[in-house]
Order: sequence, then structure tokens, then C-alpha cells
Amino acid sequence: MERIHSPKFYWKNCAALMGLLALTWGMGYVNLGVFNLVVALFISFAKTLLIVLFFMHLRGSTRLLHLAAVTGLLWLFLMLALTLGDYFSRGWVATPR
Amino acid sequence: MSEATATNIVAEQFDDIEQQHDAAKLGMWVFLATEVLFFGGLFLSYTVYRFLNPEAFAAASRHTEVILGGANTAVLLFSSTLMALAVRASKMGRQRHLVILLLATALFGIFFMGIKAFEYYKDITNHLVPGANFQWHETNRGAAELFWWLYWAMTGLHAIHVTIGIVVMLVLALLAHRRRFENGNYMTIEIVGLYWHFVDIVWVFLFPLLYLAGHR
Repeated sequence: MERIHSPKFYWKNCAALMGLLALTWGMGYVNLGVFNLVVALFISFAKTLLIVLFFMHLRGSTRLLHLAAVTGLLWLFLMLALTLGDYFSRGWVATPR
Repeated sequence: MSEATATNIVAEQFDDIEQQHDAAKLGMWVFLATEVLFFGGLFLSYTVYRFLNPEAFAAASRHTEVILGGANTAVLLFSSTLMALAVRASKMGRQRHLVILLLATALFGIFFMGIKAFEYYKDITNHLVPGANFQWHETNRGAAELFWWLYWAMTGLHAIHVTIGIVVMLVLALLAHRRRFENGNYMTIEIVGLYWHFVDIVWVFLFPLLYLAGHR
């Protein structure tokens, strides 16, 4: 039988998520240039971590589940990295006509 | 849990209930990995076009309804919390709590869709639907229209996922009312919970990317 957490455990996580939401929302009104995006994504990943570890109980799950979760992210990263590598590097080298 | 009740819910191909749970959860996580890539294609398009048109995306983003979008984030996070509590109730065998929590989770999902519908209504009356009636009075019309294409595609695909989640939640509430998840038979609830949390995570990224792309 799996471990059962107290309701307080989930409400604390909820409060942390709401705090992070307020932070993202507030930062939207501050001009940080490109760092607006960096901060926003950093907060989104923090929220994701809270949801995945505590709501989805990845913490305390089997290694196999950890692997399945990381694999999803890995393939997303591959797709983004390869496509953006193409877009960012266009025009670096003159193409012969 | 007694041996007799445990064996009742174990399918033929599994050694024991634990192995069955592990297999079910693995299946759901693999499905969620495919969902990450499903939404990933849209996030990729967004990233490429925002990289190519940073100013236009920032300007277009300022026309989104940030208050409604932000409120909806809170609604969905709250709904996720209720779902986590529903899974807990189910594991503890509290059937009445389970029914109430599933209904509450669905209710907040419906609340989310209501706010989203009102927001879509405002977007439509503001002529922010790409196509013949799209109106844009600033520079970079083409890139702004691209942003709005992505806005409708991403929030639309997400809304479909929320709708599916609400329907599943209501069906589960009915089944729980008929005592279908007694005697440690909580796996279905946990699996659907994983789906609901995933839908929440997608919105956690959609909110800053679509509503706060340009500082306000």
C-alpha cells in the first residue's frame, strides 16, 4: 500500500503554487527585457516540479516512472533543440548560388 | 486488505495488485509523454515565431485578457488540488468523500471553461480571430495575426483536454456513487488524476507565454 499524505500536505502545495502564480503575474508588470521570459519560464518549471513531485507523486515512485517522465521531457528538448538549431544558425554561412 | 478482495481486481496477466498498479501508471506516464510532444509541436511553433518577431508578439500579447487568464490559472491549480485530495480519499476508501471531491474537481473545470468562454467572446468582439475579420491597428499585422493563430490553437487544444477531463470526472463521480471503487480499487482515479494534473501543467506554461509575452 502506498503512503498516504495528510490533506495539509496538498493544501501547502496548493498555497506554494498560488504564491508562484502571483509572482509570475506580478513580474509581468515589470520590464526586465529578455529576462521577463527567463524568469517566467523558471517559475513555470518550478510550478511543474511541485505538481509532478507532490500531486502526481513522482516522488517516491519507481525508477521506471522517473525514466518515463524524464523521457517525455528529453524528446521535447530534442525537438526544440534541433529545430531551433536550424532557425538560429540560418544565414551564418553564405549559401553558394 | 484481505487476499480474497485483492485477487478480485487483479487481471489475469498480472502477478499481484502492485504489479498491476505499476503497469497502469507506466502506461499513463507514457501516454503523457506523447501528450507533451503533442502540445510540444505548438510550443515549438510559438518559440520559432516569437524568436523571429519578438516585438509583434509582445504587442499582440498585450491584447489578451490577462485578468481572466490569471484567474483561470488559479481556478485550475485549485481544481488540481481537489483532484489530489480525491485520489487520497479513494486510497483511504472514503467513497462519499471521493464522490464529493470528484464533483468539486469537475465543477472547477466547468468554472474554468466558463471564464474561457467569456474570454473567447471578448476576443471575438475585439476582432482578434485570424482571418477576414482580423483587425490590427499597430505595425506588424502579419506577425500579430500569427500570434493570435497560436493563441486560438494552443488554448483551443487545451480547452478540448479540459472538456474531456470534466466529462471523465463526472462519469467517475457517478461510478464512485455506485461504489465501483471500493476495496482498494482506486487505480482508475489515480490514473485520471495524473491526466488532470498534466492538463494543469500545460496551462501553467500557456499563461506566461500567451498573456505575459510583453510586459504590461
